[in-house]
Amino acid sequence: MTSIDENSKEKLRSVSVDLNHDASLLIDIPDALCERDKVKFTVHTKTTLSSFQKPDFSVPRQHEDFIWLHDTLVETEDYAGLIIPPAPPKPDFDSPRDKMHKLGEGEATMTKEEYTKMKQELEAEYLAVFKKTVQVHEIFLQRLSSHPVLSKDRNFQIFLEYDQDLSVRRKNAKEMFGGFFKNMVKSADEVLISGVKEVDDFFEQEKTFLLDYYSKIKDSTAKAEKMTRAHKNIADDYIHISATLNSLAADDMTANKNLNIILSLQKVEGRVASDQDLKLTELLRYYMRDIQAAKDLLYRRARALADYENSNKALDKARLKSKDIPQAEEHQRQCLQKFDKLSESGKKELTSFKGRRVVAFRKNFIEMAELEIKHAKNSVALLQGCIELLKSN
Amino acid sequence: AQAGTPLFLVAQDLTLFCICVNVQSQPASLAAEDISTNSNGPKQDSLFDDDPEDLFAEATEEVSLDSPERDVLLSDGPSPAITPITPPTSVITPRIGHTHDDMFTHSSFDEIEEEEGGDSFDIHISVSDPEKVGEYMTSISLFKRNEFAVKRRFSDFLGLHSKLASKYLHIGYIVPPAPEKSIVGMTKVKVGKEDQSSNEFVEKRRSALERYLMRTVKHPILLKDPDVLQFLESSELPRAVSTQALSSAGLLRMVNKAADAVNKMTIKMNESDAWFEEKQQHFENLDVQLRKLHTSVESLVCHRKELSVNTAQFAKSAAMLGNSEDHTALSRALSQLAEVEEKIDQLHQDQANADFYLFSELLGDYVRLLTAVKGVFDHRMKTWQKWQDSQMLLQKKREAEAKLQFTNKPDKLQQAKDEIKELEGKVQQGERDFEQISKTIRKEVSRFEKERVKDFKTIIIKYLESLVQTQQQLIKYWEAFLPEAKAIS
Repeated sequence: MTSIDENSKEKLRSVSVDLNHDASLLIDIPDALCERDKVKFTVHTKTTLSSFQKPDFSVPRQHEDFIWLHDTLVETEDYAGLIIPPAPPKPDFDSPRDKMHKLGEGEATMTKEEYTKMKQELEAEYLAVFKKTVQVHEIFLQRLSSHPVLSKDRNFQIFLEYDQDLSVRRKNAKEMFGGFFKNMVKSADEVLISGVKEVDDFFEQEKTFLLDYYSKIKDSTAKAEKMTRAHKNIADDYIHISATLNSLAADDMTANKNLNIILSLQKVEGRVASDQDLKLTELLRYYMRDIQAAKDLLYRRARALADYENSNKALDKARLKSKDIPQAEEHQRQCLQKFDKLSESGKKELTSFKGRRVVAFRKNFIEMAELEIKHAKNSVALLQGCIELLKSN
Repeated sequence: AQAGTPLFLVAQDLTLFCICVNVQSQPASLAAEDISTNSNGPKQDSLFDDDPEDLFAEATEEVSLDSPERDVLLSDGPSPAITPITPPTSVITPRIGHTHDDMFTHSSFDEIEEEEGGDSFDIHISVSDPEKVGEYMTSISLFKRNEFAVKRRFSDFLGLHSKLASKYLHIGYIVPPAPEKSIVGMTKVKVGKEDQSSNEFVEKRRSALERYLMRTVKHPILLKDPDVLQFLESSELPRAVSTQALSSAGLLRMVNKAADAVNKMTIKMNESDAWFEEKQQHFENLDVQLRKLHTSVESLVCHRKELSVNTAQFAKSAAMLGNSEDHTALSRALSQLAEVEEKIDQLHQDQANADFYLFSELLGDYVRLLTAVKGVFDHRMKTWQKWQDSQMLLQKKREAEAKLQFTNKPDKLQQAKDEIKELEGKVQQGERDFEQISKTIRKEVSRFEKERVKDFKTIIIKYLESLVQTQQQLIKYWEAFLPEAKAIS
């Protein structure tokens, strides 16, 4: 059972700028418990809004509850013109768990110290995964709370406030929508967006940009992940090397002095890996998902445009047949209205999205560069100290 | 010298390597006067403190340079097996052709050990890249000439080693093993282009040969061996045909087989000296640890190379992302990030090379050296066994002779007496051999351990310095990137 504290969370908040400006609705996840595979988040709300029953309260929530909330928002017609914040990914402890398993199997082949150190590393990795998942769930809620429209959503309020188990509600929702909409979106996505004839320059540009950017950022995310993994492997190698040097130390004076330096190098390498992971990989991963959400918006707008064009055709047909003209006209008017509404809000959303993205990248790049410099300077100091020691003997 | 033509890959054994050896001899320790002091002065007694009844005491005296026997010694012709080489006047001449073959090397070794206080020879060997028909050039200024170069094939190195091994291993000298024949198979290099892998192979081999020669000439006895001198000096060597099939690995395998055979014979040696048991155990442990360390470092090299590849891939991806980005400042920053990562990729590659050539190869060398060390211990046991066998045979013959005393067979009796005389000589020799090899091993082990500690220390310092360099470069790169990141608005 693990939990996190306020301080470490501050450091973690990387992918977005601080969203908790508005004091009228402040949300955070101060606490989380990990039981086997299930993570239980404590969602804490502080509000001055009268729509809530209490000004300060907490509820326990599972990952599935977040997904339910996200899905209901996506499936709400009124929000079609908004970028719905991407759903937090499922907590994935597979990697550290597999490694822990392998470590257990290989226990006999390593010294007790080596085993302990590896185990510590794995526990740290486990904790890092845990922290990341808490962060990403928290940001999801904070994006909602800071959005002028979404923050007022009824289901959002239920999510924050309802002090019973949400799983009953979740089941009902599933039966109602059956995940149908989501599947539809996924399959028809690219084709429809690229197929529709665009009338608006802004959206034409956005469409081109987002489609291309998405594939590029997806690639960069994958490559950044591989980099981070390689760093971690190197850190693990240092553990093994330092353990063996330890065994040699009994026989050899030189090895003893080297022992500490290698251990320290390992720590630094591990830090480099996890910082790079947070500042770079997580950033890219988050915006990859965010861009997908923006693409979804484009899709919905494209569909609305398609609907409008179809309604035009239907109106023409009706006029030809001189039948049901008022209904057709009404339908066409509605489609146009919907389309215009989507376009207007879509434009606003996409513009603010770009601003948000630029700010987040800037913040993370600066922090990443600063951390890299810090770690490298640390390493230099350690290494030079050790070299001095060796040379003086 | 550029290697890497297809021809090279096919006909590896035809390549010749260039060895350049610079030897600065420090006059003080090589002056004849010093040597004579060492051998004639009061110090001489200390040499034999642990061996008051050393049979070779007189022999040592004979070797001193200002003794009357010297001229006699120097005029001895070289052994017929070796091309004549002018022996240096400033170095103790090995006595070739002396009746007690084992003695001269030991006594001269004793004297060298006295000199060793100050490094008598400052030898630097460099093996340079092979040329097209590739030749390793070696030069040694052990003598008057400061530098001269000769060209040698890889098989010549192997030939040299096999000669030295056959001469010295069985009397207790730790002969450094020559590089393996198939180095490529041992590495986990992810092969990129053809050129890169063949260049790496050449570099690995060149570097290994250099280290091999350095270790060999650092050994005071081996340095003065005529075969070594010929190898370093002679413009042309007879092609070592018979050794082509016998790489150092093969030789070591033979040694190991011998060792196994010895073990299987379950030699219950009455170890009068606990030192040997302790040392053997120590080397066993060291072997295990070094192998383990070697494996971990090889893994480090592998992962570092992986990191380099991944970083390069990320750099490309970031560049594409930067191109795609429509916000100008962010786009620029992404391109800068891509450039930084590309430079870092090169850093990782260089570091991986340092990991390998400094750290990993050092460990590999010592794993192989330890095999030779274990070998000499096994030879000692064989020597003991030989002595014991002679003794048992003598015992038998004596018993047989006693029986013959009561028969009337004067011929047979005489024969028995002759055999006994011969065997007595053998037993004495066996005992001498055993004591000598024990003594040699003690000295060798002490020298080996000193060298090992020095070696490791030197290389570890170099390695750590390489790490420092990498980190300092990293600082430079990220400090250059930081303003770019801040410029995003």
